[in-house]
Amino acid sequence: MRRAIQFTLNGERVEAQVASHETLVEVLREDFGLFGARESCGQGLCGCCTVLVDGTAVSGCLYLATLAEGAKVETVEQGAELDAVQEAFVERAAFQCGFCTPGFVLMTRQLLAENPDPSDDDIRHYLSGNLCRCATYPEIIEAVQLAAKKRRPQ
Amino acid sequence: MKRATHAAETNQVGRSVPRLEAWQKVTGRAEYVHNLRLPGMLYGKIFRSTVAHGRIRRIDTSAARALAGVHSVVTAEEVKSVVPEPFYGPAFHDQPVLAIDKVRHVGEPVAVVLASDPHVAEEAVHLITAEYEELPAVYDEVEAMTSKAIVHEALKPAGTFPDLKHLKGVKNTNIALDFRLRRGDAAKAMAGAERIFEHRFRTQQVMHTPLEPMVSVAECTEDHLTIHTASQSPSFVRIEIARLLGWPENRVRVRVPFLGGGFGAKLYIKLEALVAVLSLLTRRPVKISLSMDEQFFTITKHASTFKIRSGLTRDGRVVARECEVWWNGGAYADIGPRVTQKSGFTAPGPYDIENVAIDSYALYTNLPPAGALRGFGIPQLVWAYESHTDLIARELGLDPVEFRKRNILREGRPQATGTPMRDAAIEKVLERTAALLDWGKPFERGSGTLRKGRGIALGFKACIANTTSLAAVQINADGSCTVYISTVDMGQGSDTAMAQIAAEVLALPAESVTVVHSDTDVTPFDMATLGSRSLFHTGNAVKLAAEDARAQLSKLRTELGLPADCAVADVFRKKYGMRAGSVTGVGNFIPPYTPPDANGQSDNATPFWMIGGTGVEVEVDTETGRVRVTRLVNVADVGTPINPRIVETQLSGAAIMQLGFTLFEKMLFDGEGQLRNASLAEYKIPGMLDLPPEIVNEAVVSEQSTGPFGAKGVGETATFGVSPAIANAVHDAVGVRLTELPLSAESVFQALQRR
Repeated sequence: MRRAIQFTLNGERVEAQVASHETLVEVLREDFGLFGARESCGQGLCGCCTVLVDGTAVSGCLYLATLAEGAKVETVEQGAELDAVQEAFVERAAFQCGFCTPGFVLMTRQLLAENPDPSDDDIRHYLSGNLCRCATYPEIIEAVQLAAKKRRPQ
Repeated sequence: MKRATHAAETNQVGRSVPRLEAWQKVTGRAEYVHNLRLPGMLYGKIFRSTVAHGRIRRIDTSAARALAGVHSVVTAEEVKSVVPEPFYGPAFHDQPVLAIDKVRHVGEPVAVVLASDPHVAEEAVHLITAEYEELPAVYDEVEAMTSKAIVHEALKPAGTFPDLKHLKGVKNTNIALDFRLRRGDAAKAMAGAERIFEHRFRTQQVMHTPLEPMVSVAECTEDHLTIHTASQSPSFVRIEIARLLGWPENRVRVRVPFLGGGFGAKLYIKLEALVAVLSLLTRRPVKISLSMDEQFFTITKHASTFKIRSGLTRDGRVVARECEVWWNGGAYADIGPRVTQKSGFTAPGPYDIENVAIDSYALYTNLPPAGALRGFGIPQLVWAYESHTDLIARELGLDPVEFRKRNILREGRPQATGTPMRDAAIEKVLERTAALLDWGKPFERGSGTLRKGRGIALGFKACIANTTSLAAVQINADGSCTVYISTVDMGQGSDTAMAQIAAEVLALPAESVTVVHSDTDVTPFDMATLGSRSLFHTGNAVKLAAEDARAQLSKLRTELGLPADCAVADVFRKKYGMRAGSVTGVGNFIPPYTPPDANGQSDNATPFWMIGGTGVEVEVDTETGRVRVTRLVNVADVGTPINPRIVETQLSGAAIMQLGFTLFEKMLFDGEGQLRNASLAEYKIPGMLDLPPEIVNEAVVSEQSTGPFGAKGVGETATFGVSPAIANAVHDAVGVRLTELPLSAESVFQALQRR
């Protein structure tokens, strides 16, 4: 059984026919060709599938697509230009294979929205649910600090 | 992200050029096979063995076939209709595309369901049943030496690689390879030694867990096959698939975009043979994406046992060392025999020892196969010999750094193979590690239930030989440059480093160079992206190719009577009368190598040496046994860094990965060979909170004279010393010695109780 749901995807009103078992990450991939949120551990433990739903990070591999009805969904693909967080990740070389990077970028955006001036410890705790097997963690911490600095009014 | 295209004004190597693919990766647009969907594509889901060792009596696929939406169910019978001898492997042709007659480990692929909807395929897998006649199984690598349970009735060497040509087929044994090295007379020297020390160390089986799980897609026409795969070895995949099919290589095309991590997991054949056969059977594109848990049954890191014995003089000189190493290779050899040999010959450590005996055994067991994992056996060996070294120093009442200095292998001295050490900054790495750890200074040792200690360890590795890399460098009509290589960028930054090397030769900005990803129809042969070989081998090939292109351009200028500083675009315009043409330089790099003789002796065993030192400070909670690394120092000889920022990232990344293998990662098997923790929920890998508060990385000043612009590989070096440095520090802190990894809170606590 498929049913139509409507939601806002990266600022655009969209509609999709979804089955009850389909996850948000599957719908983004199959219906919208968005691959930034990607399934890895399949258990909501690694953060690779992170998507923002109404401004809150969810694990897209566990989040049923039907729950996104009427919601504002944001993925790493939003926006044509790099934001301060993405710029900071580039400048601090805060990625290696890049598979986990979209999840870290979205979590960092959420962190800085809540806490514009996070300490080293704040960053470690907030991002502890995102895994990077290349272990680019020291560089990611630097990038988050740089992004915070970039976002502060000069 | 504007890219300069004008002539470069500064050096291109030695500069921290941002990665070429930075924009793609931070915007989620980088290409991975994970993303690939093709029209009419079928998804395959694998039905796996539930027993560790058994004869297949019956496979019932009828209910699966009857499920609505299932396209087909494939077992070994159907596979044989396409490939009559469906066995593959880089060392032995021992691994079937799908299990034939026998299963040899829990999780071995037995059948595949194909469907347009992956959920349907998965549901159908649960409807398949199989009956096995269970056979006695063997799990321990030392028991496998003499066990009556035989994993393979006959061994079939592949003969693919020149360094494995000596492998002979043998029957009724689990020993896939017995590597032997003899230098001097270890037994005699041991008999004359004033002190003898013997210890035994073990390591556990762990998994790479790349966050992009293994994935391959195959599509075919009547007589051509294209495989899109997350592979570190596209050239090998083409050769092996062509061999299996009996086709010429030019009918098999292997494409590899970016990899979401590799670490040695995505080498040789993993899913490629299976999707190739499935596509040929169905004449449709077929994709198989493993889940995280399935990866644990596919390839792992060798568990090992190492018995090490040293004879010393009274003043602390090691005069003899005997090493016996048993490698638990699991049910299929994969590249285990090469680990056994190539790493085996470094088992005595970076020390100058006249009399050495090494016996290193690759063993089959009924566990998931083991292969290469970041360090290729070296971390297992360093774990043992550097724990052993520390124990000896303690017994002799010598400072561990001083004791090492007394025995260190110095430049020009022969290593156990007889190969003299060249461009190997062993002493410098040891000195810098000690200095960065403030070794000579007083150290606060903690109090109450929190005790502090520090430890040091030093390891080295030879680079795989005999291997070849080719490269092509094209100068386009406007003077821009395109590099064609089959090195795979799995996160180590090879695209950027190769662009820097080409740019340095051609005096272009590295940011302006385009690197074409592996496509065996387009990019030239490369042995594989493994063992920290690419920067050296492919880097040298790219340098040669760029020099060739530069020479061709120079010749053109002369022929056309143009000045030496004439812009490239003007050279082509003059030659063709319009904007047209290109020149392509080629580079073919194969370093010299002497295969070992029957005693493991060779005057040239490796193209270069990698040296890594680790220093740690730890805090041990005596109430819980928890070990916290508070300071981690990684020092390496990487030659002259091409991209210092990427080098630093590789050093700390490798060390943190090894930190997980040291403190908590372990595949847990029950008595029947069932894996109990095949998921990230139960198999923990390092996260942000496991990060030591202070990490110091240093590449010592050095030069690899044979490397491209003085550089050599760096991807594995910082893994070497992590485990023994931590064990040595735990000993320093609380006086207990652990001889088996991981150093979990539980094992430390139990050791404290036994104290």
